[in-house]
Amino acid sequence: MSYIIDRRLNSKDKSAVNRQRFIKRYKKHIKQAVSDAVSKRSITDMERGENIGIPQQDISEPAFGHGKGGVRERVLPGNKDFVTGDRIRRPDGGDGQGSGAGSASDAGGGMDEFVFQITQDEFLEFMFDDLELPNLVRRQLAVTETFKLVKAGISEEGTPNQLNVVRSMRSAYARRIALGAKKRRRVKEIVAELESAEGSDAQVLRVELEELERRLGNIPFIDDFDLKYNIQKKQPQPTSKAVMFCLMDVSGSMDQRTKDIAKRFFILLYLFLQRNYEKTDVVFIRHHSTAKEVDEQEFFYSRETGGTVVSSALKLMREIIAERYPVSEWNIYGAQASDGDNWTNDSSICYDLLANELLPMLQYYCYIEITDRGHQELWNYYEKLAEQHGDAFALREIEGYTDIYPVFRELFQRQADGQKLSQTAGR
Amino acid sequence: MAVISESSEWTFELIEKYDAEIARIAESYGLDTYPNQIEIIRSDQMMDAYASVGMPIGYNHWSFGKEFLNVERGYQRGQMGLAYEIVINSDPCVAYLMEENSMMMQALVIAHACYGHNSFFKNNYLFKSWTDASSIIDYLVFARKFIADCEERHGTHEVERVLDSCHALRNYGTDRYKRPYPISAAEEKARQEERAEYIQRQLNDLWRTIPRGKSSAAVREVARFPSEPQENLLYFIEKNAPLLEPWQREIVRIVRKIAQYFYPQRQTQVMNEGWATFWHYTILNDLFDQGLVTEGFMMEFLHSHSSVVAQPAFDSPYFNGINPYALGFSMMRDIRRICESPTEEDKYWFPDLAGSDWLSSLHFAMQNYKDESFIQQYLSPKVIRDLQLYYITDNDRSDAIEVSAIHDENGYRLVRDALAQHYNLSTQEPDIQVYEVDVKGDRSLSLHHQQNSRRPLNDNTEEVLKHLHRLWGFDVYLFSYNGDEVTDTIRVPGKGLSLV
Repeated sequence: MSYIIDRRLNSKDKSAVNRQRFIKRYKKHIKQAVSDAVSKRSITDMERGENIGIPQQDISEPAFGHGKGGVRERVLPGNKDFVTGDRIRRPDGGDGQGSGAGSASDAGGGMDEFVFQITQDEFLEFMFDDLELPNLVRRQLAVTETFKLVKAGISEEGTPNQLNVVRSMRSAYARRIALGAKKRRRVKEIVAELESAEGSDAQVLRVELEELERRLGNIPFIDDFDLKYNIQKKQPQPTSKAVMFCLMDVSGSMDQRTKDIAKRFFILLYLFLQRNYEKTDVVFIRHHSTAKEVDEQEFFYSRETGGTVVSSALKLMREIIAERYPVSEWNIYGAQASDGDNWTNDSSICYDLLANELLPMLQYYCYIEITDRGHQELWNYYEKLAEQHGDAFALREIEGYTDIYPVFRELFQRQADGQKLSQTAGR
Repeated sequence: MAVISESSEWTFELIEKYDAEIARIAESYGLDTYPNQIEIIRSDQMMDAYASVGMPIGYNHWSFGKEFLNVERGYQRGQMGLAYEIVINSDPCVAYLMEENSMMMQALVIAHACYGHNSFFKNNYLFKSWTDASSIIDYLVFARKFIADCEERHGTHEVERVLDSCHALRNYGTDRYKRPYPISAAEEKARQEERAEYIQRQLNDLWRTIPRGKSSAAVREVARFPSEPQENLLYFIEKNAPLLEPWQREIVRIVRKIAQYFYPQRQTQVMNEGWATFWHYTILNDLFDQGLVTEGFMMEFLHSHSSVVAQPAFDSPYFNGINPYALGFSMMRDIRRICESPTEEDKYWFPDLAGSDWLSSLHFAMQNYKDESFIQQYLSPKVIRDLQLYYITDNDRSDAIEVSAIHDENGYRLVRDALAQHYNLSTQEPDIQVYEVDVKGDRSLSLHHQQNSRRPLNDNTEEVLKHLHRLWGFDVYLFSYNGDEVTDTIRVPGKGLSLV
């Protein structure tokens, strides 16, 4: 006797838990692989999964077994011209001709890698693990724009889409029991009596029984007042809104490679923001001698040349903040990338702008300089800023592609909770 | 009779029809089976089944995740086809069929798994004495729940550490010579607490450090503990490790019990696959002879069958050891041939078998042997010739590999003995036993390894001993013996437990 069962509709991903356990266990390895991949990938290519390789020996599950040496006896198929007593030269490098079922894996040594795929989500997860926007304060608690629907109990009234089936059926069941209990008890009695009753007695009982059964049958299965509805309440959600200003120098002194590095940095930043903060606005500002607010596409992919006046971008940023992002409502961040070139005398203007006007409004401002030459005026002024506003201003230098990710991590490393609190309290 | 179906698409009605016909033929050959539960699954479900190494319900562990990732990658890259079926030794016997299979494949799988493997599970002596098909699913459910509860109570990490250590030793969790007590989930649960308490009491006695007064002084000269070497390391740990918590002991037990469930499968690969392949071949040919299937069906079947039983030669790039399907199928077919039309050679080699009733002889062979003894008993000169088997000796003290025997008059017996040893677990796995516990001293555990033909242990040994040490809690020594002489000693030290 066979039973045939269609299991195809059963849930997917039965192995998901075990897969997660594996990934958790080898987090360190995977992080390393992700970090390597980030520095190798092109900028358009950040958002996909990755093949992760882990050295086979690191994840092997050890078991007792025989090693090489001693006397080994084997039987092999497909002999063509060997005869008893033949001596065969031992093949070099492992046992090439005779890697049998069990020994195939230990022949190659530790060179093999265990390779597997992680999804794009997991890739980003590892990429931005432990990172966060610094000094994020929950500003603007009073204004509530977003609501969340939460359950708020059960009601007798509601719309059909909110029907609570279980509660309705339970109530209907209770009603049916309550309305029918007496009658059913009597039915049982009659059935018992009928066994002994005779003649006209039995006739009377049968009539009563029929009547009772008719009335039992009339009890409705479900009635209007059985219906129960879920009620939902709108609950205001405190929001933490953040806006990130991305400032990039696109002047003539920025060569293609430098721009490319800056773009990569910003793409990382952009992905990070998109992923971590749902309510995050991003403003792209590019500048040469004048600054201009652009969209994402233009910011990353269009070309321009000209001189360099960094303060133009800062001024534009100040204007945009005044216009659209009231400080009381928004957490404001700035990130600037440049090769360090600036118009003579402009750097001191930048310093003043940042120190007196912008930084008091900002949560955090970071500057990366992409150069392999010596630092210029701008760096020197910014260094002064970093000394005075250590918790809100940071600057780093990037020399090549491989620095991007480490520097990025350094800038947005999650700070210890205590430290963060004291910083916000100190502001 | 009319052909059952023409198309290669399967439907549930057709599967039922084929199953009924296959069952009828199987019965006529006396195949005695558990009821079948045939489950149709998707390919990703098949990967799940693969990853849990044939357990329909498994506890969670990262190693199954690793297996899953491995299978998934192999499958996606097309390096590996998924098996057409997985069959589970349970009552009812559960067989998974993939939805991608053609009708012919479904019929082949039903004949192979639901009647071939199934009857093997039910009748082979090893399975009969080592596994209890009716309770395995219940036991796995119990194990999964127990381990999940432990994870909740003691943390995933703690549980994982214990499981890692047990897994390292799982091939050393069976008594090879004692018949085990059958496992039953209901009893397990009922007795689990009682057992935990009892063991703790026993242990307290064994590890009693407070002197009992003068009378015990004479008893100081206690016998060695354990009095005889123990081959079942996990059992020894479960019962005697001084520092394990009761829940940890129970986990050791679960891994041990599950290893025991798989123990017969590890020893009957050739026979089991040979038996199932022989029957799908015989049954499907009968279907054709009775006019139930088309010629197209048969062509597709033969194509698939011949790739299953192909044996690449040792120098072929496809060579990956001896194919158990090929060896098993050739031997099963050969037994039938020897019974039905024996040659002079067969009469000399198999006087009792030649000319006997093939069906009952084949059933007898299936019921009473495991791979090692089956080959020792039934591997005929003809099969050795057909597969062109030869036997080499690789001695590290000699500068070349020697061909010890080939398929000739003088070689048959030698080749047969050597091939049988391939499937003998006690020579394939190192012989390691618990020898002594220093009960009165530092509580260290000593293992003895008896080398087989001077073969040393592999590089993993120290890692495994670390796992053993984690379970034991005190120093672990391993002495590797070549005859009476210790050639290697490994010690994994204790962590300086503060016992004072």
